[in-house]
Amino acid sequence: MMSAKILVYIDQVKGKALPASWEVIGAAHALAEKLGGEVATIVLGADAKPVAEQSFHFGAAAAFYCDDPSLADYRAEPYADVLVKAAREQGAEVLLFPTTTRGREQAAMSSIDLGSGVIPDVTALEVSDGKIVATRPVYAGRLISKAVCDAKPQVITTRVRAFKAPEANAAKTGTPVALQAVRPEGEIRTKVTGYSLAEGGVSLTDANVIVSGGRGVSNNPALTPPAGLDEKAAEIWRAQEGFKIIGELASVLKAAVGASRAAVDAGYIPYAHQVGQTGKLVAPDLYIACGISGAIQHQAGMRSSKVIVAINKDAEAPIFRLARYGVVGDLFEILPALAVVLRKRLGK
Amino acid sequence: MNIVVCIKQVPDSAAKMAVEGGQISWGEAPLVLNPWDEFAIEAALQLIEAGGGDLTVVSVGGESAKEALKTALAMGCTQAILVSDPALQGADSQASAHLLAGVIKKVGNVEAAFFGKQAIDGDMGVTAAQTARLLGWPMLGLVASIKVEGGKLQVEKSLEEGRQVVECQLPAVVSVSKDIGEPRYPSFMGIRKASRATIPTWDLAEVGIGAPTSVVHWPEVLNPPVREVKTEIITGGSAQEIAEKLADKILEEKVL
Repeated sequence: MMSAKILVYIDQVKGKALPASWEVIGAAHALAEKLGGEVATIVLGADAKPVAEQSFHFGAAAAFYCDDPSLADYRAEPYADVLVKAAREQGAEVLLFPTTTRGREQAAMSSIDLGSGVIPDVTALEVSDGKIVATRPVYAGRLISKAVCDAKPQVITTRVRAFKAPEANAAKTGTPVALQAVRPEGEIRTKVTGYSLAEGGVSLTDANVIVSGGRGVSNNPALTPPAGLDEKAAEIWRAQEGFKIIGELASVLKAAVGASRAAVDAGYIPYAHQVGQTGKLVAPDLYIACGISGAIQHQAGMRSSKVIVAINKDAEAPIFRLARYGVVGDLFEILPALAVVLRKRLGK
Repeated sequence: MNIVVCIKQVPDSAAKMAVEGGQISWGEAPLVLNPWDEFAIEAALQLIEAGGGDLTVVSVGGESAKEALKTALAMGCTQAILVSDPALQGADSQASAHLLAGVIKKVGNVEAAFFGKQAIDGDMGVTAAQTARLLGWPMLGLVASIKVEGGKLQVEKSLEEGRQVVECQLPAVVSVSKDIGEPRYPSFMGIRKASRATIPTWDLAEVGIGAPTSVVHWPEVLNPPVREVKTEIITGGSAQEIAEKLADKILEEKVL
């Protein structure tokens, strides 16, 4: 049996790891059990050190970090340089990343430097005859593919929420090893000149619960738009009132707010909320679809949710075929009532 | 500025995909220009319109991929190149990246290479960054807005937690997100022009590289497990009653 040294890339922003990063350690431990070898983490960027320390709580056997000023803001090239150098020096045989924007990009770039291939966004990993066999959805989940890479190291990104993060244990500690930057600032051809954080709220891809709205959220007959709005502006006003109702239920459930493409294209809510083939792929424990008919492209983005609840006026809407529980009715009456009931039951 | 946009032809997003006898089928659905690539074309067209230059659209694939290239020409791209060679059968993403890097060098004087976020067939989303690394060009991933100022690119990049404004020396590789705005429809004149265009086909010899090695294989493609859902429709005399019943059911599932 080969001895695998698994290097896990922890995606972090200014001292806070993206939750998906810890899931990757879970996936790495499962591989290490079958392949042998130990799991190390690598953390890059401003305030990387405390995150590297934290990775010991999740079971890392070693942790590396680089918080050089040239890595303060995420830039693909200087990050990849440090990562690749560390992977070579540690003789890493497997590199694992969360499928985040940075994770996918770093996996792609390091695979080139290391003369290997990359298997992104996997939902399962097995070992067969000492070889890693990955499972990944293709065609937006309409088909499932197995993938193997003949070269080494194996470079893989794991889909957010597909693997379980180990329980954190604060008693497990260690001392992370500092790494030096590789590329001098003068040789970096990009400069980050501005940075803005997205509005708060729960991130869609990390969310345990999502409450989503579609075109139906603009159809509340009980509302009268303010005078002076043209037809389109009145429709958007109605929709935004509708999304407030969705937002209230979401806040009771500590849920993220999603939307169908139809709602985004109609200007009801920003694209960042879109769930579906050309939006975010999500797999929460609970997905509540409100006023969403359930086009195949929307289904592609949410069909892996554990429990789906659909609330729609149209009993024929395709979303009901995916749903565990359905309500054929007026979401503007059901949702506020549901928010009140659940708030009480959850003891808030 | 001279830009190359790399595109792919894929089965339509609404296609009913299935595996039959080990073969992937998409039924009667048409093959189309990858929807994410339309945003890359739109972004590149806007830069060319503002500052001049040529926009070359490139696709790797069989003869049928010329249809996707024609869609790109109809949108306004200057010229199209199909890259096709029997040795490219089963090329993985890094083989494609090696090939595209070769094509970009061969086209010459290219200052930026644009890609869509990912192709909706393999959903890999890695070829742009791999190509960037091979070319030694900076990678600007998931760009939401883009302009050229003082010979530099200025972009807004989407990240999980927010947006970065990045200034970048040329040449560079850019992948474009949906935030760039709705791609234009091909114009009537554009469609006429594209239908008459002759699209050259380059083989590996023409590109000037050997067959790139593929290391990632797909031993098996399967239909997804059927989702066995028994839908329970919750009814009641009032919204209150329905909400109570639905809350019971949700709490029983232990997902909160």
